[in-house]
Amino acid sequence: MTAILDPNVIVRKPADYKTDIKPIWCPGCGDYAVLAAIQQALAALQINPKDLAIASGIGCSSRLPIFLQCYGLHTVHGRALPAAQGIKLARPDLTVLAVGGDGDFFSIGAGHLPHAFRRDMNITCIVMDNEIYGLTKGQTSPTTPYGHITKSTPMGNLAQPMRPLGLAISSGASFVARGFSSNPKQLAELIRKGMEHQGFSFIHVLSPCVSYFDTYQIFKDHVYQIPDDHNPQDMVAAMRYALETERMPLGLFYQAEPRPMSVPSEAKPFDTQAHLEHYLA
Amino acid sequence: MIQKEDLVIRVAGESGDGSSATGEMLAQAAARSGLQVFTFRTTPAEIKGGPVMFQVRASNNPVRTMGDEVDVLFAFNQEAWRLHHQALAAKSVLLYDPDECTPPESYTGIAYAVPINQIANEAGNRRGKNVVALGVVAGMFGLGLKKLEDIVHAKLGKKAEYLESNLAALRAGIAYAKSIQRTDSLWIEAAGEHHRYVMTGSQAIVAGAMHAGIEFFGGYPITPASEIMEGVASAMMQTGGAYLQAEDEIASVMACIGASYAGRKAMTATSGPGLALMSEALGFASMTEIPLVVVDAQRGGPSTGLPTKTEQSDLNISVYGGHGDSPRIVLAPASVEECFQLTVAGVNLAEEYQSPVLVLSDYSLSYRTETVDPFDLTQYPQVNRLRPEGDLEPKQYKRFAKTDNHISPMAAPGMLNANYTATGLEHNEFGSPASTPEAHTTMSKKRWEKLAPLKASRAYVQRFGSPKAKVGIICWGTTAGACRGALRVAQQTGHDLAVLQLQMVWPLPVEAIREFMQDVEIILVPELNYQGQLAKIIQAELCTPVESYTQYNSLPFERKTILHKVYELMGVEEPVLH
Repeated sequence: MTAILDPNVIVRKPADYKTDIKPIWCPGCGDYAVLAAIQQALAALQINPKDLAIASGIGCSSRLPIFLQCYGLHTVHGRALPAAQGIKLARPDLTVLAVGGDGDFFSIGAGHLPHAFRRDMNITCIVMDNEIYGLTKGQTSPTTPYGHITKSTPMGNLAQPMRPLGLAISSGASFVARGFSSNPKQLAELIRKGMEHQGFSFIHVLSPCVSYFDTYQIFKDHVYQIPDDHNPQDMVAAMRYALETERMPLGLFYQAEPRPMSVPSEAKPFDTQAHLEHYLA
Repeated sequence: MIQKEDLVIRVAGESGDGSSATGEMLAQAAARSGLQVFTFRTTPAEIKGGPVMFQVRASNNPVRTMGDEVDVLFAFNQEAWRLHHQALAAKSVLLYDPDECTPPESYTGIAYAVPINQIANEAGNRRGKNVVALGVVAGMFGLGLKKLEDIVHAKLGKKAEYLESNLAALRAGIAYAKSIQRTDSLWIEAAGEHHRYVMTGSQAIVAGAMHAGIEFFGGYPITPASEIMEGVASAMMQTGGAYLQAEDEIASVMACIGASYAGRKAMTATSGPGLALMSEALGFASMTEIPLVVVDAQRGGPSTGLPTKTEQSDLNISVYGGHGDSPRIVLAPASVEECFQLTVAGVNLAEEYQSPVLVLSDYSLSYRTETVDPFDLTQYPQVNRLRPEGDLEPKQYKRFAKTDNHISPMAAPGMLNANYTATGLEHNEFGSPASTPEAHTTMSKKRWEKLAPLKASRAYVQRFGSPKAKVGIICWGTTAGACRGALRVAQQTGHDLAVLQLQMVWPLPVEAIREFMQDVEIILVPELNYQGQLAKIIQAELCTPVESYTQYNSLPFERKTILHKVYELMGVEEPVLH
């Protein structure tokens, strides 16, 4: 973080990004830590809330913009990414985040993911993955472990959980990382780095649900730090970490030179008369 | 030769054999010479192959329909004869390629064999069949004969070696026309020079959108709306502006909503299947009061339906589509000129009322060309959404503030102290989620009543014909052309008829309709769908029975079809025309 010495400049602290609205989340929900980590990252980068736009979908985690000082767009289920890309294309000057959960990004909105990855726009996408549908009270999600019994899978989940980081790396996202809500310092750091990255940054966050699938202990037993000697530019090595199923690596998996879809400049007035003259008989 | 008031020429053949190109050049030449034109085409849904036809109607008067009968049919093959000979009237002329088509002996009408391949070969241009046909038709019937070489230059003159051989084919066609021993006397030429645009509906929508200040376009390919996306993409290369071909229609409309939320005027264009996918997003735009324009170029439905045929069957989904009470504005252009006018109006209304606006065109309107008189652009100013004024105090900004006209100043990212979250949840004046009975009552009323002035407005209603009449037609969209054509004939035959065209279908302009209903005894509502969608809306909103008249054969209404019903309702004998 760059120190700001000019006394006329307001220095924003993480708490300055809070709104008066209290989160609706259950006590102990991982999303509190994600919200705090985002505030840390915003303060670290001294983002002005007036220049911050956050799109989300539907789910517990998608309420997040309401609790943050920002311009929020709390859209319909699964559509945070198209909305975020619309904002970014229209207003390249804004800092744009897309936030939500595993249902939003990996199930109903999964069709948007590879396209957001390959367009590689300067958007930070934070997925709070609790491996369950929380807001609708406990149905299986695309990342629920195989065999896990939920209200909607009384026989156990019969589909394999998806591996979203592998999808991200293979489809062109230029920044791919995983954090854990119980490791808030690293999480804030990853979010900050993601926001500094000039392409699409995909941050997968393990963020347990205490009410419908309490995975705190499972996650703690399975996570480990990607070793320092990992080269994030090595796509094959990153892919190897991304495809692990027995354990859950944390940290920066992959970072490449961003190749964002070109964002056009400010629109010039349209010369309708000249345009119409082309149609003169 | 006898100068005709108007002339309808149909060129029919196999997809890929140039019949469409022939028709297009014919229309261009006629327009350049000063005639008004109106084209109509059908194409197969397949990529290659299948029967196509291109029809050009040319006149010295305004033309609003494709014409009821074909004066000249050029059949490139037997299939073309089989599909189109019924359209020939008593005094019509058949041209046919004797190598590909033999009219049956039972056909007693006027027919001329035109060996187009042979003429092309003799002119040294084996592939010049369509240019030969162009020369033959213009040589025989006038149209834009004098302007033909210009058009061939413009269309085919990119490479010098092709230009010479095409001009040779054209001249051979004209010479052949002159050599025919005619037994007919059909002829039309322009009464004077006019400078008009020749445009398709899609092109006019693009021009209107750009003129109205669209800064963001999100789209996804679909027939018959793709040309709008392509046109905007190309226009934006010159002006800047942001454009996205998205991964599906949901993404394209959500990107538009994101862009509009961020302060830019945004638009998408689609057809029925895409509109169905956008329904949830339209409700979101209603709920969050985000300006948005969606063009729906209707085609035959439901499901994939008839992608290359026309219908007016998306009115219900446009007006009612979506869950909950979700208000929106629905406009319906009837002509290429109105495609421009109502697209500008659509963008402006979306801004003024902070509402989703649907503009309903259709397949026939998307692809047909019409001559359009130049617009006085000063009559089409841009409207911008209401913004918060002055410096705002922290935490005071109310995005959905109560106001007299229910329209609240809308902030955009970048404005100081105006942070808010636009949520699809019911909300209070600040935009914060609120699910109290009071919040839902207040906000539902706000969203609906802000559109109330439009119900009383006459700005998007056109009335034509007699001030009082036994029969009055209420129509919308593309059908209005046939209704106005019918009106002209009815009045020529000494009958009163009145036509009310709804350019805005929703909110339904009830005041204008009520007044119209007082001036006529029987209300006829013709439309291209099975259910009589507008008729049902009018009956529901005005509690007055109307005579629904529907056609659902995937073709536009013909003037004579409307007239037939009008005379029946009048209780008069149908006059014999010609």
